[in-house]
Amino acid sequence: MREIKLPYIDYMAQRWKALYLSGALLLITFVSLAVQGLNFGLDFTGGTVIELGYQEPVETAAVSQALEGVGLTGVTVQYFGSNRDVLLRIPPSGETSNAALSQKVFDTLAAAVGGKVEMRRVEFVGPQVGEELTEQGGLAVLYSVFGILIYVALRFEWRFSVGAVAATVHDAIIVLGVFSVFQLDFDLNVLASVLTVVGYSLNDTIVIFDRVRENFRKVRKGTPLQIMNQSVNETMSRTIITALTVFLVVIALYLFGGETLRGFSLALLVGLVSGTWSTIYIASNVAILLGVSPANLAVPKKEGEGAGAQV
Amino acid sequence: MNRYPLWKNLLILGIVLLGIILALPNLFSQDPSIEIAAARKTEMTAASADEIRAALENAKVPFKRIDTLDNGKLLVRFTSSGDQLRGQEAIENTLSERYRSALTLSTDLPGWVQALGLQPMTLGLDLRGGVYVLIDVDMEAAVDQALDRYVEEIRTQLRDAKVRYTTVSRVQHQVVVKFADAQAREAGYKIIVKQFGDLKLENVDQGSDFLITLAMTPMQEKQLKDFALQQNVTTLRNRVNALGVAEPNIARQGDRRIVVQLPGAQDPGRLKEILGATATLEYRLVDTEHSVADAEAGKVPAASRLYRDRDGRPVLLKRRVIVTGDQITDAASGFDPQSGTPMVTVALDAPGGRRMFDMTTENVGKPMAVVFIENRTITKQVDGKPVKQTQKVEEVISVATIREPFGRRFQTTGLDSSEEAHNLALLLRAGALAAPIQIVEERTVGPSLGQDNIDQGLMSVTIGFLAVVVFMGVYYSWFGMVANVVLLLNLVLIVAVMGLLGATLTMPGIAGMVLTIGMAVDANVLIFERMREEIRNGNTPQACIAAGYDKALSAIIDGNVTTLIAAVVLFSFGTGPIKGFAVTLTVGLIASMFTAITCSRAMINSIWGGKRLKTLPV
Repeated sequence: MREIKLPYIDYMAQRWKALYLSGALLLITFVSLAVQGLNFGLDFTGGTVIELGYQEPVETAAVSQALEGVGLTGVTVQYFGSNRDVLLRIPPSGETSNAALSQKVFDTLAAAVGGKVEMRRVEFVGPQVGEELTEQGGLAVLYSVFGILIYVALRFEWRFSVGAVAATVHDAIIVLGVFSVFQLDFDLNVLASVLTVVGYSLNDTIVIFDRVRENFRKVRKGTPLQIMNQSVNETMSRTIITALTVFLVVIALYLFGGETLRGFSLALLVGLVSGTWSTIYIASNVAILLGVSPANLAVPKKEGEGAGAQV
Repeated sequence: MNRYPLWKNLLILGIVLLGIILALPNLFSQDPSIEIAAARKTEMTAASADEIRAALENAKVPFKRIDTLDNGKLLVRFTSSGDQLRGQEAIENTLSERYRSALTLSTDLPGWVQALGLQPMTLGLDLRGGVYVLIDVDMEAAVDQALDRYVEEIRTQLRDAKVRYTTVSRVQHQVVVKFADAQAREAGYKIIVKQFGDLKLENVDQGSDFLITLAMTPMQEKQLKDFALQQNVTTLRNRVNALGVAEPNIARQGDRRIVVQLPGAQDPGRLKEILGATATLEYRLVDTEHSVADAEAGKVPAASRLYRDRDGRPVLLKRRVIVTGDQITDAASGFDPQSGTPMVTVALDAPGGRRMFDMTTENVGKPMAVVFIENRTITKQVDGKPVKQTQKVEEVISVATIREPFGRRFQTTGLDSSEEAHNLALLLRAGALAAPIQIVEERTVGPSLGQDNIDQGLMSVTIGFLAVVVFMGVYYSWFGMVANVVLLLNLVLIVAVMGLLGATLTMPGIAGMVLTIGMAVDANVLIFERMREEIRNGNTPQACIAAGYDKALSAIIDGNVTTLIAAVVLFSFGTGPIKGFAVTLTVGLIASMFTAITCSRAMINSIWGGKRLKTLPV
């Protein structure tokens, strides 16, 4: 297939509008995070989750009723993928033994449908572990951002580094925003997904910055803004194609990966869109606003630098 | 001209072939299986397999075949996890008294692959089903227990040395010894410093009391905690091993946690049983004053209890226990030099030894009994339904006359076999937990969910892969096909390296693999886009190939390294499943740099590199 000819667009002309849009989205996220927060999953809150597979479709109300009948209140009952798969969430309750609790729940429900139900999964997380995970999750994001900040500063220049990190943080926040606004279950898998978005978004940003770095050294005329624009245009086909291939596999994950990976792949999908957007409008923009110029990269390194790393 | 030197091509070919061979075992089916071991008192014989075959055929459960493993255990292979579960039910219902069964997954490798010593990737519990438990060890209690022991020993020593003291007690994290006057304290100090000189000893005057305080140094405390954790790991491992769960994994995690992974273990209730199950011994005096026949008729004296020995004969024992299993500090199995029968040599702690000495001194010439206590799970038929019950089995294993008083070390005989002596010694040695434990995290995945996860994972990998393959082939024509070949190679290498590292494949790990597929082609996209640019600039085809690779390199490496940073952080902070994701992502990124840059270049060089080309198929 012949390549698709992309028109040369002055992306940077729209940069202020783009910043406002991102700003508005971030604002919505912050408001949502402040007002309703994240719907933290079992991994972070502690408690018990039980997944049951019924042989026939079942009403969630009937399940709740059966449980209330034996004094188990405060159990959230929801469908998990189909109306035969039910997920029960039981909030943490002191030091009660999980094994006994889940057995009681299962026995009660099995009795209600004459044994036509199967225990598919039981997860119990103590409140203490949940707290540790929240802490570690936050630290993980922080450390990876720092690590990346340093690496990009070393390989490029600090203005690029700040731009790249701003874009990355933007993407991570947007993903959190989607999970907060729609109150989707935020579990450990989603956190992993956020970190993957961090990695992907950076990868995307680096590719454009790599071109900017090259053009700064090569093209002697033109403002930094023009060179930035030229670089974005030159790499646009690659940006679109890579986004497309990743999109294809993530869609496959979302549709066929099963219920457990749905949150994970949704976060990736959101991050993918946000990551592509932020590469152009946040990363480049911030670098420009910080006054990046060819002079910052004046010492030209040899072409094909890093070739020694070729395995 | 674009050519790689011969050695480079050979090296690449070598790595690729090695990768394919290492990945090979993963192609064979993983059968849901049941591992069957002999229970106590039973030996695996040639007839065992027939017995099990008959049990399965009676219950009309189809199975693939029964293999004999190297360790004498039997392995029954099934084609589906449903059959596997029904098979286990059938075996437990009829043969649970004599055999122990555990669910497992077993790869059906042909002999020549086995001969190479290759193993497939380990599947995580979320894919094969099983129980994962995170246990918190109460370290503070471990320290307190140690201090309590010191209190006990200091008391004994001061008493033995006839030094007058007011009290010895544990106050928070210190042992405080109180004396009435300075003289007594001085005498006491001399005694204590001999044994506890490595602790922090201090003389403190408090009002009219003269005190010595003992505290552990931070170093000692750390050692103690380390020991407690290690001891608990050993204890739990022995308990799990003794119960014959297939491929259990028990490991310490961090400063105070223990992870227990039991593949194939099913209902969460059984878990507590496994961790709580233990065998122990009790030493009791035989009641010689009353008649056993009367007791059997229902007239058991208040101070006694009726037991049975292994042959079912009644034995009347005193209710008062001389020594229990948790007072045992060491145990070793061996053979009694006189009779040649298996025996266990037991060592007691100081209070236990003293008590044993006192009791045996008072009762020379009288018989003493050893009671063996074990928790056993047995499936029984109740109203036609199988019900699992935990039974506390108490059996008298030996009655012997006390010939002379003994104290801390002695022998117990009366065991069935040397294997039982060995197991008992093992359990006694690691019988008690060094510190209390609490389950803080527990995940159980049923086998059907595990199978669903595998199916869904495979499905999404396949579909994602195909979608990318079609797209690349259409958009980049022949060079796109090269990218597809190296993408497949990338998957093969991921599987090979994961197998080599002994890494575990989890559901998030599969997600990582799918993601790697999407991101790995990025390197080739970058290279091909660069080539197209060079073509537009009017360069010769061969120059375009070289320039495409050269100029894209820095972007690929910088991009991958930043993602690697995120993956490594994920690995160091993540637990369980997240670690799996990070491992696959890391391996995938590194493999993709090799395949997308080096392998694709080698292919393109050998196909197009030496030719005079007018255009490039990109």
